[in-house]
Amino acid sequence: MDLDWTIIVRNWPVLLSGFVNTLKLAVLAIGASFLLGVVAGAARLSRSPYLHYPAVVYIEFIRGVPLIMVIFWFYFLTPILAGRPLDNFTSALIAFIVFEGAYLAEIVRAGIQSVPVGQAQAAISTGLSQRQAMRHVILPQAIRNMIPALVTRFIVLFMDTSLAYVIGFRELTRVARIIAEREFRAFEVYTFIAIVYFVCTYAMSLVARRVEDRLGPA
Amino acid sequence: MSVSRILGLQYEFRWSVLWESPYGEWLLQGIKNTVVLSLLAWLVALVLGIALGFLRTAPWRIPRALATGYVEFFRNTPLLVQLFFWYFAVPQVLPAGPWRDALNSLNLQTPILTVNYEFLAGLGGLGVYTSARVGETIRAGIQAIPRQQTEAALSSGLSLGQAYRYVLIPVGLRIVIPPMATEFLSIFKNSSLAVTIGFAEVTFQTQQVNSYTFKGLEAVTAATLIYLAISLTIAAFMNRLERRYAIPGLIARGATRE
Repeated sequence: MDLDWTIIVRNWPVLLSGFVNTLKLAVLAIGASFLLGVVAGAARLSRSPYLHYPAVVYIEFIRGVPLIMVIFWFYFLTPILAGRPLDNFTSALIAFIVFEGAYLAEIVRAGIQSVPVGQAQAAISTGLSQRQAMRHVILPQAIRNMIPALVTRFIVLFMDTSLAYVIGFRELTRVARIIAEREFRAFEVYTFIAIVYFVCTYAMSLVARRVEDRLGPA
Repeated sequence: MSVSRILGLQYEFRWSVLWESPYGEWLLQGIKNTVVLSLLAWLVALVLGIALGFLRTAPWRIPRALATGYVEFFRNTPLLVQLFFWYFAVPQVLPAGPWRDALNSLNLQTPILTVNYEFLAGLGGLGVYTSARVGETIRAGIQAIPRQQTEAALSSGLSLGQAYRYVLIPVGLRIVIPPMATEFLSIFKNSSLAVTIGFAEVTFQTQQVNSYTFKGLEAVTAATLIYLAISLTIAAFMNRLERRYAIPGLIARGATRE
């Protein structure tokens, strides 16, 4: 077994472009799916059946199917709905937002439910409206309680972006595959990207630990 | 008269591709392969996971550090990359010879499924990835047992191994049934990634149907319903298991769910 690690250096620009695409997908998906998660999580807790039931169906349905399926749906569906072909970045991004939104909604729901009822009652009795109480009293505390679970989920999402591979989006894993096939150097390339993913996710968990320490238990 | 007309879509549905021969048989074959791969990988994950949970709580520093490294690494890299590693990278570094050739051309027909390298890599990849997550869950379960129980077990004359065998692992496993149920559900969903290394499970077969018929939407819908049915069946089964094995007075049902 003779390994040639210079393969990484020689393909550096391509690997870097793949990594940048991974980051782009991950950052946009994390931001947008968090917003969707807050809306869907709050809707699930709503007393209105028109908000509650659609949220339950959305969350439970998505959580019952593999991510790869959701990616394929939007890959096949978005061109039909839009009436024209969409680039695979857009269809992957939509799939990630829709998929992760369901998991984040459950975290948001648990976070909101972790805030003592007395807080909401006190907020409303000081004259805040339902919406104001949610916005200024409950959500800030809930989000603080959610941080550990949220970060875990964001780390999963970061790793899951590798699945955009299946529809040909040139993120890190797709780029690695191309290099590995061309150069017959699977071991070096896959070991390298595994380390890249590991460094990123480990860094995310370290940052999260510091944020948690700073904020302290709510 | 079609759904596409109603929705104004530029697409003609043809649902019969799902049961026409040979596509219907392909999908059934895929379901069987998904179930077999997931169950066997779960077995691998459970055995390795229990060993990891034991090593990570046992009082030996070096095995503990190794187990921690294993868990952190396999939990923090994408499953897809791990599958590629087992499937593409491992054969590259195996010493050339009859041994490697045998592995490459492995094609063993068993009554249940065809054992080939795609299957072995999928089984190893999925099993190892899940074992890291299961090991972490079991460690948490063992650590949730009050320290006095360990002390009581040891002072009643059990050796450390016996204390694990008869007290810590059985109790720890019962504590973590709800998160383990989540992992068990995940392994079925994650098995879909074996499509990328050519193992003929459900997702692979839907891709086949799509490439023969160009009816991607129908095929993906069928696969989605199959996964949903598997998930719901397992969830119902796990609920019963949870109720049956919950430790009275210790866990509020569902309290450990995220």
